[in-house]
Amino acid sequence: MRQPAFAIGAALLLSLAGTAGAAAPATRAVDIPGGRFTSVLPVAPGVYETVVPAYTLDATAVTNAQFLAFVSTRPEWRRGTAPALFADERYLERWAGPLALGERVAPDAPVTGVSWFAARAYCGAQGARLPRWIEWEFAAAADESRTDARADPAWRQRMLDWYGERGGRPLGAVGRDAASYYGTHDLAAGVWEWVEDSNALLVSSDNREQGDPDLMKFCGAGALTMQDREAYAVLMRIAMLSSLEARYTTRDLGFRCAGRKVTR
Amino acid sequence: MSKITRPIAIAALIAASFAGSAWAADTGGSAKGDLGPPQGEPVVAELTDAPLVPKPIKRDKPAKVIVNLEVRELDKEISEGVTYTFWTFGGSVPGKFIRIRQGDTVEFHLRNHPDSKMPHNIDLHAVTGAGGGAASSFTAPGHESQFTFKALNQGLYVYHCATAPVGMHVANGMYGLILVEPPEGMKPVDREFYVMQGDFYTVGKYREKGHQPFDMQKAIDENATYVLFNGSENALVGPNALTAKVGETIRLYVGNGGPNLVSSFHVIGEIFDKVNFEGGTQHQENVQTTLVPAGGSAITEFKVEVPGTLILVDHSIFRAFNKGALGMIKVEGPEDKAIYSGKEVDSVYLGDKMVAAGAVGAATKATTAGKVTKEQQIKAGATLYNGTCSVCHQASGEGLAGVFPPLAKSDFLMADKTRAIKVLLDGLSGPVTVNGKPYNSVMPPMSQLNDDEIANLLTYAMNSFGNSGGVVTAAEVAKVRAASPRPKGAAH
Repeated sequence: MRQPAFAIGAALLLSLAGTAGAAAPATRAVDIPGGRFTSVLPVAPGVYETVVPAYTLDATAVTNAQFLAFVSTRPEWRRGTAPALFADERYLERWAGPLALGERVAPDAPVTGVSWFAARAYCGAQGARLPRWIEWEFAAAADESRTDARADPAWRQRMLDWYGERGGRPLGAVGRDAASYYGTHDLAAGVWEWVEDSNALLVSSDNREQGDPDLMKFCGAGALTMQDREAYAVLMRIAMLSSLEARYTTRDLGFRCAGRKVTR
Repeated sequence: MSKITRPIAIAALIAASFAGSAWAADTGGSAKGDLGPPQGEPVVAELTDAPLVPKPIKRDKPAKVIVNLEVRELDKEISEGVTYTFWTFGGSVPGKFIRIRQGDTVEFHLRNHPDSKMPHNIDLHAVTGAGGGAASSFTAPGHESQFTFKALNQGLYVYHCATAPVGMHVANGMYGLILVEPPEGMKPVDREFYVMQGDFYTVGKYREKGHQPFDMQKAIDENATYVLFNGSENALVGPNALTAKVGETIRLYVGNGGPNLVSSFHVIGEIFDKVNFEGGTQHQENVQTTLVPAGGSAITEFKVEVPGTLILVDHSIFRAFNKGALGMIKVEGPEDKAIYSGKEVDSVYLGDKMVAAGAVGAATKATTAGKVTKEQQIKAGATLYNGTCSVCHQASGEGLAGVFPPLAKSDFLMADKTRAIKVLLDGLSGPVTVNGKPYNSVMPPMSQLNDDEIANLLTYAMNSFGNSGGVVTAAEVAKVRAASPRPKGAAH
């Protein structure tokens, strides 16, 4: 509940001061203890189980107000300034201007239209980093009361329902869904989220290629053999990420940071 | 065996040498499909939405053809009052019809609209090459991919999305047809239409109103909620029916996107004079029903000799009458009683499809506005009755003695309004006495109908068949519905 107030405060400050990087609203991070985990992607050929080390993850996605504060102090990441190599032509296109959100964009909604490079730079500036895929997947496996709710059809349905909502529409404030067991929000249903190793996921872009060992090498962890037939809801996340180049942006693609210090 | 077949085979060969195409010598397939490098200026392909087909190709040389196809994710009507989020090639289901010539070099541009949520790609069955273009065309929202192929094989081909999970992308409507004309072109006909079947899986039941999400489990179970031509129950009926004139020859380019069901494609009231089965080169003649595989096609041709309404169906017939696989061709022109006596298709046979659904929609609108009249209710109720109820209770309301109770002069119907509403919502099974006679059968629940539709049906029945009148309002139905909870759909 504190965040919207912060966000609005920051937006006000920005509109008055022009640049106000110091007023960037803080994002709360939560502890994720890690542990044994079966991923939908093989961590090595044929191996799906791994141990995820403890990490911290932002409770919510980075908001427009927070990203505005960032570009206010970092001119090189403003729309129109960021080089085409690092951000495509739709970078932050929904904003009214390089330093103005405008009426269509809610300050407390997740920022979208950001490239992987820009997202990584944002987290870096916070002394944080983008989460790795396995970290995103580990956290997203939880529901409100369990650390791994993936066997529950209701968990899967939440993800599928979000896919079923038409894209490109104005987004609401972060924190739409109830907090998970760990205290994170909106992992299943908010925006697509960049991960640090997005490029390494490289799912075969033709879903039907299967089982060719050369292809496994060729396409990294791709060539999905549907280890878990119920895992298609998560696989759609991976399919989306693997369609992207690091400079790409889309209207439903945002991010959150990991590795931030937890404030108590 | 050989004694019988040989003369036929020889006859066919002789016929073929005269006709030029029937059971013709091999076309040589892709081995003879490369007609050299593209000549002349590049051409931008004309793309059409179903049921339209692009103009025939006049060129006699291979060209470079540019195809610009944009993926859109859109909420559209799948049935009256029911919306669905379709994923489309070009804004409609099926996707745009693409028409090229064998030997053409196609420069394909796949754009994914910025408002799309999902990445998409395209696999054209007309492509010779790994994945049919899928790997080369994987495209994030707001981006574009380009690849080029030479169309080596002639025929009618399906294209579709092949992004994970493939079944879901196809189930949401991501398919269409690409026609690769033979070098000599298609034989001219009077009318060409584009018809493509697909099966759909929604959380709610058939015709359950409102926005319906995709149901993955039903899709896996191959338990279709809708089986449709051209992506909507109303795409080819009423005012959207195809039209033709007596004496014309009609060619249907028929595709089946699936994802699951094979179509037994049939036109009630006609016989296909010619079918290029599976969209290939050889043809069969005098065909009643042709099989169109999921991910396959057929080209059917027939001359229409008499006026009337021809009905396109999947002859797996419950799909036609209970899941929406119905279309119409209205043929106008002079009667020819020597060929057919001329009675129109029976209204009960087709149910509410024959009547423009206008009366139902008008009554629904008036109900919402709070000023529906009894006459509007009766009119809308009549339409619904002919579609849903008359099959058992008969158009006369007399029912069938000993099996289906009568609604005509019915003491059971008129005695208890709340009970009547409950019967429609919950169905009725077990022994009842109507007009002094015992009945013991099963009526399925009709809870997929709206409150106002049930009100209209009952109002119609109470004011017809010699009954003494009365009105049921949508509010009364809503009250009964709220007071008696029932499982919502079969989905979860």
